[in-house]
Amino acid sequence: MPDVQLRDVDAGYGETLALEHVTLDVPRGSLVAVVGPNGAGKSTLLMLIAGLIKPWRGEVLVLGDAPGAHARQVAYVPQAEMVDWAFPVTVDQVVMMGRYPLLGPLRRPGSDDAAATDDALERVGMQHLRHRQIGALSGGQRRRVFLARAIATSAQVFLLDEPVTAIDPATQDDIMDLLGAEAAAGRTVIATTHDLACAAECFERVIAINRTIVADGPSSIALDAAVLARAYGGHLLRLDGGRVLVDDAHHHDAPPAHERHFHEGGRDS
Amino acid sequence: MIDLIVDPLAYDIFLRSLLAVVMVGVVCAVVGTYVVLKGLAFIGDAISHAAFPGVVAAYLVGGSYFIGAAIAAVSTALATRYITRRGNLRSDTTIGVLFAGMFALGIFLFSTIRGYVGDLFAILVGNVLAISPTDLVALVVLASGTLLVVAVLWKELLYATFDPLGAAASGLNVELLEYLFLALVALTIVVSLQAVGIILVVAMLVTPPAAAQLLTVRFGRLVTLAVAISVASSVIGLYLSFWLDVASGATIVLTQTAAFLVALFVGPRRGVLARRADTHHVPVPE
Repeated sequence: MPDVQLRDVDAGYGETLALEHVTLDVPRGSLVAVVGPNGAGKSTLLMLIAGLIKPWRGEVLVLGDAPGAHARQVAYVPQAEMVDWAFPVTVDQVVMMGRYPLLGPLRRPGSDDAAATDDALERVGMQHLRHRQIGALSGGQRRRVFLARAIATSAQVFLLDEPVTAIDPATQDDIMDLLGAEAAAGRTVIATTHDLACAAECFERVIAINRTIVADGPSSIALDAAVLARAYGGHLLRLDGGRVLVDDAHHHDAPPAHERHFHEGGRDS
Repeated sequence: MIDLIVDPLAYDIFLRSLLAVVMVGVVCAVVGTYVVLKGLAFIGDAISHAAFPGVVAAYLVGGSYFIGAAIAAVSTALATRYITRRGNLRSDTTIGVLFAGMFALGIFLFSTIRGYVGDLFAILVGNVLAISPTDLVALVVLASGTLLVVAVLWKELLYATFDPLGAAASGLNVELLEYLFLALVALTIVVSLQAVGIILVVAMLVTPPAAAQLLTVRFGRLVTLAVAISVASSVIGLYLSFWLDVASGATIVLTQTAAFLVALFVGPRRGVLARRADTHHVPVPE
C-alpha cells in the first residue's frame, strides 16, 4: 500500500478553494517534488498530508489511515517564512524538539534523545554550531537544522515546504543528497520547490500542480515545455532554444488572516 | 540600613504581602515568557480588563473575587481564540471587541453600586498590603496549580510556540495547548490582581521576560532570568512602597520597568556591551 494516498480531494482555506480533484499515490521510498506557480496549492497539498488542514471532499490516507493517526511517523518542515528566527532557541534545542512528541508530556529528554539529536546534527554537518541561536545562522544552515529535526524524529514520511529555496548551491546539493539518502533508506520524501532545475535533476518524480494535478511523472517533466505551459500558464516566457522563464516573484501564498509570517528585517508581515 | 529590611518583617501583613508578590512574581515570569514569545502581550492586557466584570459581579453577590475574576477572565480568553478561528478574524480585532465589551460590562455593573467601593478600587490599581489570609491561600493554590501545569507541559508549549505547524503535524494537539495556555494566562492574571491591579497586570507578564530577552538567546536562561528579575523587582518594589508609603502595584511595575531599561541600555545584546558581543551573532560562512 502506498504511504500517501489522495482520492479526488478538494481543499482550501476559509472560503477559498485551493486544490480540487487531486488523486495521488506516493509509494514508500519515493522522492517527490511538487512544483507549480504561486497560489497553485503546493503548500496546501503538504498541509493536507500533514493533517494540518482537512479535505473539503475526498479522502486522504497517510500510512493507511486518516492524516494525524500516525502523526509521530510524519515530519513536517515549514517554509522559512513561517519561523520566527529571533526566537530564543539554539540549534540543538530545535533538533531536540523533534523528539518531544515521542516523549509525551511527563518524560524529559533522555540519553536516547540526546544521541538522536547528535546523530542528526552530524548528518547535516551542524555539530560545530549546535549552541548557536538559530537566528545567527545563514539561510542554508537554517534549512539544515530543520532537516536535522526531521531526521531526529525517525519519521517514515518527510514533508518539506521549500527546503532548497533561496539557499546557496552547495547547501542545496547537500540537502538533496540527504533527502536522496533518506528515500533510499525507505523513507517517503515529498518536497515543494520553485526550482525546476533542481526538481528535474535531484528528484525521482515530479508532480506539477495548478489548483489540480496538471502532470505527474518522472522528474524530466519538470523541464517539459508543454507541462510548464499548463502549470504556469501566463507566468511563463519562452526564450530561444526551448528555454523558459518563470515569473514567480514572491515565494509563498497569501497567508490566512490568523497566521503570522516572519520575514527578514521585520517581525510580522 | 539593615533595619529598613528587617523591620517590616515584624508585621504579619508585610510577610503576607511578601509571600504574595514572590508567588506572583514567579508565576507571571514563567507564563509571561511564553506570552512574550507568542506575541500575546495585547491579549494579556485584554484578559485583565475582561476580569473586571467578574470582580464587580462577585462583589455584588458577596462571593469571592477570585472566582468571579477567574470565570470572567478564562471565558473571555477562550472566547477570543474561538471567535478568531470561527470568524477568520485577526486576533487583535477580536481582542479589541471583547476587551472593550467586557470592561464596559464591568463599569456598567460598577455604576449600579451605591455607596463605598474601596475594595473594588484596590482591584483596579492593586493593593497587596491589604491581602487577607484567605486571599493569600487562594493565591498560593492557584499560582502553584498554574506553575504545575507549565512544569508538566513546558516542552510541548515550547514546540507549539516556536513551530505550531511542525508541532501539530508530529502529533501535538496544538489547538488544545493554545486554549489551555490562554486559560493559564487568565489564571495568572487573576492571581496577580490583588498585587498590581487590572490596569498594570500586563506589565507583570511582559516586562520581566522582555528584560530577560535583552540578556539571553537561550530558552532555559530566559525563563530563569525572567523569574529572577520579576521576583527581585517585586520584593524591591514592595519594600519601596512600604518605606515611601505609596501604591505597591505601581511601585513594583516601576521597578520592573527600571530593570528593563537597565537591560536595554547596559545589556550584552543591545546595550553598551553589545559591540563586544556582536561577533557571536555573525553567521558563519558555509
